[in-house]
Amino acid sequence: MKPLPPNPSPDRKLLRDAGALAAAVGVIGISFGAIGVAEGMPAWAPIAMSLLVFAGGAQFLAVGLIGAGNPFAAILGGLLINARHVPFGLAIGSAISDRLGGRLLGAHLLTDESTAFTLAQPDGGRRRRTYWVVAGMLFAAWNIGTVTGVALGTAVGDPETYGLDAAFPAGLLALIMPALREPRTLAAAVAGAAIALATAPFLPAGLPVLLALMGTLIALKENR
Amino acid sequence: MTLLWVILALAVGTYALRVVGVLLPGRLVLPKRLEALLPVAATTMLAALVATAVFTEAGRLAVGVARPIGVLVGAILAWRKAPFIVVVVAAAATAALLRLAGFE
Repeated sequence: MKPLPPNPSPDRKLLRDAGALAAAVGVIGISFGAIGVAEGMPAWAPIAMSLLVFAGGAQFLAVGLIGAGNPFAAILGGLLINARHVPFGLAIGSAISDRLGGRLLGAHLLTDESTAFTLAQPDGGRRRRTYWVVAGMLFAAWNIGTVTGVALGTAVGDPETYGLDAAFPAGLLALIMPALREPRTLAAAVAGAAIALATAPFLPAGLPVLLALMGTLIALKENR
Repeated sequence: MTLLWVILALAVGTYALRVVGVLLPGRLVLPKRLEALLPVAATTMLAALVATAVFTEAGRLAVGVARPIGVLVGAILAWRKAPFIVVVVAAAATAALLRLAGFE
């Protein structure tokens, strides 16, 4: 293996970073496919979910609730978890495309990670390329992973064994770290995280993260 | 049959939530100050996602050992501007090793 040059170009760095995340996403996708089959779903169902829904948290919740015989809770719970995509879309919509067709296609690929990667880029051109590279790689990894998991079935181990449950929050944190160096944003983020943690035991999944938006009011107030 | 409808409802609903936010910025002229707040709002929600991913399990507060320490190692590296891939791999490796040593 050739050593990486000391200062890789922005594009190489992007491919490397997105590749690391895509690898982790692929492994979680494998575990999703395997769990879906283990819950008694036909093989097409987890694969269709990953292609058409493409939202890990909502998909895991849905598989559990469908398995428990509660399809309506699966839909409502999944949509509640995904409601955070509305403010994410508002924040990075203009980075996705100037054309309607581009935005309609790009919207399907919107995730926490593609939002965080895009926000971490300074200017318009780089933001657009970053969004499509990251979103495309994650979509491919998630779906290849799901198909693999369905094929492997119950032979798949627990992703926590590899520490992947720590890799995702650490990755998101690394992506928002530059923004957190700005004091107003840091104050809003800390308040939002505290609100989410304080309300998580009492509210259904998805709602605590939406309530965290109230933390943004701190930034508004200090702006005056 | 029900399964197909559940998946389709989830898919259509999720796409609607995604596309609403993505299409609005072009049509809606937001006040400058509100527009400047959008990245702050997104960062705040991502921070909340990090917090709940670290400290909750199936809707309950759960302060374990392996995951928080793994993420803490990642956070320190990220703060010191280590490359992204180093942050992610170090966080995962720390959590995995702690579990191997018997710490949950």
